[in-house]
Amino acid sequence: MGSLFRSEEVTLSQLFLQSEAAYACVSELGELGLVQFRDLNPDVNVFQRKFVNEVRRCDEMERKLRFLEKEIRKDGIPMLDTGDNPDAPAPREMIDLEATFEKLDNEMKEVNANAEALKRNYLELTELKHILRKTQSFFEEVSDRSGRREESIGLLGEESMYGVGGSQRLGFVAGVIHRERIPAFERMLWRACRGNVFLKQAEIDTPLEDPVTGDQVMKSVFIIFFQGDQLKSRAKKICEGFRATLYPCPETAPERREMAIGVMTRIEDLNTVLGQTQDHRHRVLVAAAKNIKVWFIKVCKIKAIYHTLNMFNLDVTQKCLIGECWCPVKDLDKIQMALRRGTERSGSSVPSILNRMATKQAPPTYHRTNKFTDAFQSIVDAYGVASYREVNPAPFTIISFPFMFSCMFGDMGHGLLVSLFALWMVVKEKQLMANKTDNEIWNIFFGGRYVILLMGLFSIYSGFMYNDIFSKSFNIFGSAWLVPTSRYNKTNIHKTPDFVLDPAHGDYSGNPYPAGLDPAWQLATNKITFLNSYKMKISVTFGVGQMFFGVCLSVFNHRYFRKPLNIFCEFIPEIIFMTCIFVYLIVLIFYKWIAYDAATPCAPSLLIHFINMFLFSYVKEPCSSAVFYSGQVRFQTFLLLLALACVPWMLLVKPFLLRQEHLGKIKLGGDTEPLSVRSGDIMGDGGESSHQELFDFGDIFVHQAIHTIEYCLGCVSHTASYLRLWALSLAHAELSEVLWSMVFRIGTTMDGFSGCVVIFLVFMPWAVLTVGILLLMEGLSAFLHTIRLHWVEFQSKFYHGEGYLFEPFSFEKIIDTKVDE
Amino acid sequence: MGIEIPIIVVTSFWLIVGGVIPWFIPKGPNKGIIQTMLVMTAVSCYLFWICTFLAQLNPLIGPEIDNTTLTIMQNQW
Repeated sequence: MGSLFRSEEVTLSQLFLQSEAAYACVSELGELGLVQFRDLNPDVNVFQRKFVNEVRRCDEMERKLRFLEKEIRKDGIPMLDTGDNPDAPAPREMIDLEATFEKLDNEMKEVNANAEALKRNYLELTELKHILRKTQSFFEEVSDRSGRREESIGLLGEESMYGVGGSQRLGFVAGVIHRERIPAFERMLWRACRGNVFLKQAEIDTPLEDPVTGDQVMKSVFIIFFQGDQLKSRAKKICEGFRATLYPCPETAPERREMAIGVMTRIEDLNTVLGQTQDHRHRVLVAAAKNIKVWFIKVCKIKAIYHTLNMFNLDVTQKCLIGECWCPVKDLDKIQMALRRGTERSGSSVPSILNRMATKQAPPTYHRTNKFTDAFQSIVDAYGVASYREVNPAPFTIISFPFMFSCMFGDMGHGLLVSLFALWMVVKEKQLMANKTDNEIWNIFFGGRYVILLMGLFSIYSGFMYNDIFSKSFNIFGSAWLVPTSRYNKTNIHKTPDFVLDPAHGDYSGNPYPAGLDPAWQLATNKITFLNSYKMKISVTFGVGQMFFGVCLSVFNHRYFRKPLNIFCEFIPEIIFMTCIFVYLIVLIFYKWIAYDAATPCAPSLLIHFINMFLFSYVKEPCSSAVFYSGQVRFQTFLLLLALACVPWMLLVKPFLLRQEHLGKIKLGGDTEPLSVRSGDIMGDGGESSHQELFDFGDIFVHQAIHTIEYCLGCVSHTASYLRLWALSLAHAELSEVLWSMVFRIGTTMDGFSGCVVIFLVFMPWAVLTVGILLLMEGLSAFLHTIRLHWVEFQSKFYHGEGYLFEPFSFEKIIDTKVDE
Repeated sequence: MGIEIPIIVVTSFWLIVGGVIPWFIPKGPNKGIIQTMLVMTAVSCYLFWICTFLAQLNPLIGPEIDNTTLTIMQNQW
């Protein structure tokens, strides 16, 4: 048998690594990816392990790399991904790496700090520039007003001169504030100073850059005029409270002009310096961007190696690291070679040793899959990982899954679309794989491309059997239904709106349509009646077939785990039970198809017969329920009693035989052959203690009772459950027909040029609905039903699924998951 | 077409797919898988076909078709 039929043989091994060679060896094993290490110090907490220091250093390096990456992203520099896979660097190279990162990190931080300081300076100067420019207009207004005031003074004379005289010394502060704070600021000033201050403000047109966050902010210039020191301090406090920045502003116009010129030159100088700083930063980042992916991989590998080494034990002499690992028996040679390479690379003279160990623990389940079988294996694994070396349903699922799906999705057109889509993914596989996306839905479709391809191909086949393409039929071989002119001539054909073609009177040629359903049925108004009977029968046939196959697979488990008792006390009664009831039903179905035609007086109604069989009631009327072969009563009674006899057989024989065996052993003096090896249904989990398992009759009996009840009731309900094949396929066909007749038919029923236009117009909605509803939604629902049929109806017959996955230590996987994050 | 011809043709076709080709699969790690796939495909597809064929072999009811379609069938098929 091939590799996928059972999980791979996995053995527990012990590794002795010289402490100087350990790093190189583990690195080689990581590249190989075939070994699952066990943690030998589960009680030791993370901080007390041997290589905690190195792991911490790696964390630190990762942090620096992440910081660098963030800076590179900020500047929009493309990161070079050459896709090469550097080996894990030797431990001494780690120091070099650390130094490089440290240098880069410091440089970056320094450059950033400088740039920030420069930017702050630049901001202040720009704000000052704006203040000087805007306040100029305020002062001009004020001086205008004061000029006018002088005129009024002249007119009013001495008294008024005194009145205004107090306001001669007007003080002011100028500053810059966020634009959105202005209304609150103004209100506050008014209230706090009782309307004794005068606020002027003007908006700065260009947004300014905040040096800390890098955001663009809109600001306004303001100037507050007031009188007296008390108001001055009050105004300043309010400014502080609103985080306004105040700038010194000279009082006289020439001074202001001078200052403005000074500010302009300084801004210019700053611009050059800032430009140079940015250039430098850019150069550093571009250089880092070339290497950053490689660095990430290197650090990731170092960290993974030290993590693994932390799972090892030190021996007494401190010269040797001892590890335990699960490895596939087939690959032991490869692992040995990797260890030798590692030892040579580290220059150690003492070889590393790999030693197989015996264990009572159940090894992990390892299925060697390829890109084709992987998706099918994950469908099975999603239900439960196979127990160690039990029969794996995946290889059978490869065909039965698409087949069951296609029974519900039978349409040549839809099948063709689905398989073309899958074929595109399969052909373009490499390119599509190269540009990874985070789109989860796409990844699911892409991961299942081979499943989808097979589903599509099988749908084409079952569409061919249902003779259904977008709810239309082909008439390739010539319909078996005839319309003889003798019975349907021009005179009588128009008198009745419709006719039921009569197979008993020469409307049927006697030779059925050779492949698939007759196209005449697609045109018939009573098509559903015929299709229901046909599809229900094939659903039950396929279902019983699959369940029967499942029960047969359980024999391979019983034989492999050497449980002959299970064959005699479980498998055989199970098969008899199913045969007596359900295989008999299938035989009746085939019998009815072959033996009865329209000419035979009364065809039996199978459903009624099947129910009556359980009730032991045999009636004469109506004729479809009457006995239809001689000895039917006796034969059916015999079958039913045989099936009933299987129930106590399954339930009682095994527990009592086990008990007897156990008692016999005790009498012999309790020779300690572990019981669990021969009897237990559950594969020995529970580690070293399991082989001293106590014999608990109650436990075994309850377990057996559950199994029996589950099986007998399951057979009935699972057979009924397979009727979903009929139901979904009916729904699919009907939906597709409704879509055609409601949408596309509008176009085909019109004549001439307008018909062309309408066909053109309705094609779009028809195509969209076909893809959206029939392919995606119906396809998904059929897919889910198929999953259920496999998980529950098929796998419950033989599959335990109590194992755990083999998760080898592999750099490839670690880096992949890291990238995904 | 008689009854025998389709039965013989289809049966032998799936017999070849499921019973003959599996013997000629080249050695390799996936030999078992390919054989299983072929046999299962043949069995399930043959079962599908034989059920469809037998269900129509001796029809108990005939299709109910309106007279326009019937006229077209008479002329075209």
